[in-house]
Amino acid sequence: GQRSSESPKNSNQSFAIVSFKWDHVKEPYIIALWILVASLAKIAFHLSHKVTRVVPESALLIVLGLFLGGIVWAADHIASFSLTPTVFFFYLLPPIVLDAGYFMPNRLFFGNLGSILLYAVIGTVWNAATTGLSLYGVYLTGIMGKLNSGLLDFLLFGSLIAAVDPVAVLAVFEEVHVNEVLFIIVFGESLLNDAVTVVLYNVFESFVAIGPMNVTGIECLKGIVSFFVVSLGGTLVGIFFAFLLSLVSRFTKHVRIIEPGFVFIISYLSYLTAEMLSLSAILAITFCGICCQKYVKANISEQSSTTVRYTMKMMASGAETIIFMFLGISAVDPDIWTWNTAFILLTLVFISVYRVIGVIIQTWILNRYRTVQLEIIDQVVMSYGGLRGAVAFALVALLDGDKVKDRNLFVSTTIIVVFFTVIFQGLTIKPLVQWLKVKKTEHREPKLNEKLHGRAFDHILSAIEDISGQIGHHYLRDKWSNFDRKFLRKILMRRSAQKSRDQILNVFHELNLKDAISYVAEGERRGSLAFIRSPSTDNMVNVDFSTPLPSAVESSVSYLLREKAGPVCLDMQALEQRRKSIRDTEDTLAHHTLQQYLYKPRQEHKHLYSRHEIMHSEDDKQDKEIFHRTMRKRLESFKSTKLGINHSKKLNKIHKRDRGQKRRNSSVIPNGNIPSENPVQDFTLKEKDLEFSESEENNDYETLHLGKGVDFLANVTKQNFTDTPAGIDNPVFSADDDQSIYTKFSPWLSSEDTVVPSQRARLQLPYSPNNFRRLTPIRLSNKSTDSFLLADGPEDRPRSFLPESTHM
Amino acid sequence: SVSHSQITRLYSRFTSLDKGENGPLSREDFQRIPELAINPLGDRIINAFFPEGEDQVNFRGFMRTLAHFRPIEDNEKSKDQNGPEPLNSRSNKLHFAFRLYDLDKDDKISRDELLQVLRMMVGVNISDEQLGSIADRTIQEADQDGDSAISFAEFVKVLEKVDVEQKMSIRFLH
Repeated sequence: GQRSSESPKNSNQSFAIVSFKWDHVKEPYIIALWILVASLAKIAFHLSHKVTRVVPESALLIVLGLFLGGIVWAADHIASFSLTPTVFFFYLLPPIVLDAGYFMPNRLFFGNLGSILLYAVIGTVWNAATTGLSLYGVYLTGIMGKLNSGLLDFLLFGSLIAAVDPVAVLAVFEEVHVNEVLFIIVFGESLLNDAVTVVLYNVFESFVAIGPMNVTGIECLKGIVSFFVVSLGGTLVGIFFAFLLSLVSRFTKHVRIIEPGFVFIISYLSYLTAEMLSLSAILAITFCGICCQKYVKANISEQSSTTVRYTMKMMASGAETIIFMFLGISAVDPDIWTWNTAFILLTLVFISVYRVIGVIIQTWILNRYRTVQLEIIDQVVMSYGGLRGAVAFALVALLDGDKVKDRNLFVSTTIIVVFFTVIFQGLTIKPLVQWLKVKKTEHREPKLNEKLHGRAFDHILSAIEDISGQIGHHYLRDKWSNFDRKFLRKILMRRSAQKSRDQILNVFHELNLKDAISYVAEGERRGSLAFIRSPSTDNMVNVDFSTPLPSAVESSVSYLLREKAGPVCLDMQALEQRRKSIRDTEDTLAHHTLQQYLYKPRQEHKHLYSRHEIMHSEDDKQDKEIFHRTMRKRLESFKSTKLGINHSKKLNKIHKRDRGQKRRNSSVIPNGNIPSENPVQDFTLKEKDLEFSESEENNDYETLHLGKGVDFLANVTKQNFTDTPAGIDNPVFSADDDQSIYTKFSPWLSSEDTVVPSQRARLQLPYSPNNFRRLTPIRLSNKSTDSFLLADGPEDRPRSFLPESTHM
Repeated sequence: SVSHSQITRLYSRFTSLDKGENGPLSREDFQRIPELAINPLGDRIINAFFPEGEDQVNFRGFMRTLAHFRPIEDNEKSKDQNGPEPLNSRSNKLHFAFRLYDLDKDDKISRDELLQVLRMMVGVNISDEQLGSIADRTIQEADQDGDSAISFAEFVKVLEKVDVEQKMSIRFLH
């Protein structure tokens, strides 16, 4: 407890042991408390899964804010807390926008830049103009009663209410999984329209200030020019700071601990600098994030990168939470409340209607030039997802009540609009989208063939798109990457980062090698990779395919149906129908299994951006699996061709490098009987900077690192082989078996590698992982399918360890 | 046929894939595209570009394969009934996919070939038995002549309701 000083008379004469210093800490304390309350609220919300699935978090936060504001007001009758524009623009908005820029999927963004710019610029101007003019028109008819505003005031209001808000949009779009193109367009639009909003707002505000009389053509022209200046200027400021940041990050090798700090400080400076120069600060910090991504990520250490990522997410997520909560709190301020039914209602109507019209027209224009068309459902989502949020509120709160007489009305209307879009539209967008999607795919239940081959078509199409280089900006992109490679990289990236150029390598590096090892090791530990299942499918384990027990199966399928909400939902309906109509439970299971486990095509599965999560897990897992398999196959075919043909060349170079005792021991030499001049043995030993002949540079990089990867895999499997009781460590003994097995295998092998290596080359690869595969048939069960599967991928290898295991 | 600007674009893509050799593309050139490494059917599709037994594909061959994925124009449909079927016809698109499955080129997708593809597309989480069961059912659904394999005609028939024209088209190649 606190002990106050003894008595007022003596207070300044005796020493107070403890005292209550509220005023001293008041400000930071309150701030900290609010942040704490907001965070606690988030915890509370996520306790109830049902609620969060239906209601977007932003809506919940607003309601909470309303509630809290109500309490404060009831207690004190003052509206002591509100979202001041200063706090918002200086502290809350920058982290969110930086987060958006830093994690922006650049390729997608620039690929769709044209569309994004169209919606951001033309769309916003359209919205502002039509809304402002319509409101003015209606005002002239007198329905709204007496207001103190002229045309310019209405246009001012229109311009601040027109802009789609990045904070709100993302908050809602995370709930609705849309395709990547749609996502980037709405996302990009919400970020880039800031320039337009800023210009329009400033222009009209000054017009209102100087009075309608003085608005001449010159002023209008100045307004238009200012748009270009503001937007391009802001972008350039951002790019400049990005350059600075990348440059600095190049030299931070010895100050790793404060490395992450640079990212934030320099980006924040870009924001403030642009703000200082009255340019578009949001554009500045966005482009700072967009441009510095690549170099910073290449330069800074892994831990720093993780730190940056997590800190950014934390700040952005925290800022967003606070914003929404304060939006609620600020609404509880009776002073500002002015009600004008017609105005408010009409605003709502106009912004919705004009947004729809704008989207339709622009999409129609765009579709004539775009390679990937925007469908109706995309347009619906775009129109419906055009949410207004805190930016509009902050802008309206900035208005000067003396100059803009109806400020309070505008504020009230803005609050209502923001609440409506965030809460109502946020709540309903998900069901709407699902209803539409279902509408598209309803009527029939797809057959197994259709599902399977349909998915295959998706994969084929993705691949062809990637091969042909999808979108028309390819020329620019190539030019840019050349420029980047020749100049920028040399300046902005550390020398060590510049080396790993091959893109496949980058992907491989990202897929952490350790993960690869642990992945296979995990499979070993569990006895079989086939046993790695998600918990919900555990029910399926006990189902006996031969004698279907309807009740058991149904309960498990329905359990799965309940569990797997979201994207699987839609097909579940078809599944349900089918289940009732066909009553073939096995068939249902087949459908469901396929649906659940088929790899997703590129178009579907990339969750591009989330403020609340670092995107990992599922998509990476799929990518890893496929990647490992592909790389092993390629490596085998590569090895057989290259080694068979370029036998001697590699020999001499590889021979020298020795990775060290550990590697040697665990490498693929079973026992000392094998002559050491065997090339393959050394083939598995690699160093990073092995110099191969120039013409094969890229391929060798591939082998280089793939070799390492294969090493690991070989090591892991090697270790496990020594553990097994059957204990065939020495391929020498199985050499005879190899021949016969080989002939059995060759049709499939030769189909996978269309270049058929010479028999000689093959026989001289006794220790490659390839060969380990051939060992496994000895252990194999009598399942005929396994031999085929082995041809495809060594993931199957571990499965054969327990031939007697029953998979069901 | 493909428009002139598209051909130019594709040619520049072709040369950009061809790292330094200035000639036909080899498999490694395709493998260098990172997205293909995480596409389950990536390598098979790469193979589809290369004619039987060859290691190189020139621009003509490249275009030829890509031509399968041109969207089908409405006005083309009624036009040339007498001439050879265009590469991007529905039937040829399906044939492209069929050839990806049918490795031994016997014009049938056998159970084993189907299993291979299934395994590629499904990953490690399904047991062999489940996969076998799915393969069996898939064949059952499509098989009409009872040979436990899917012939091209059966393939076409079972996919008759699928909008292949849309699923296997890139507007880019318009």
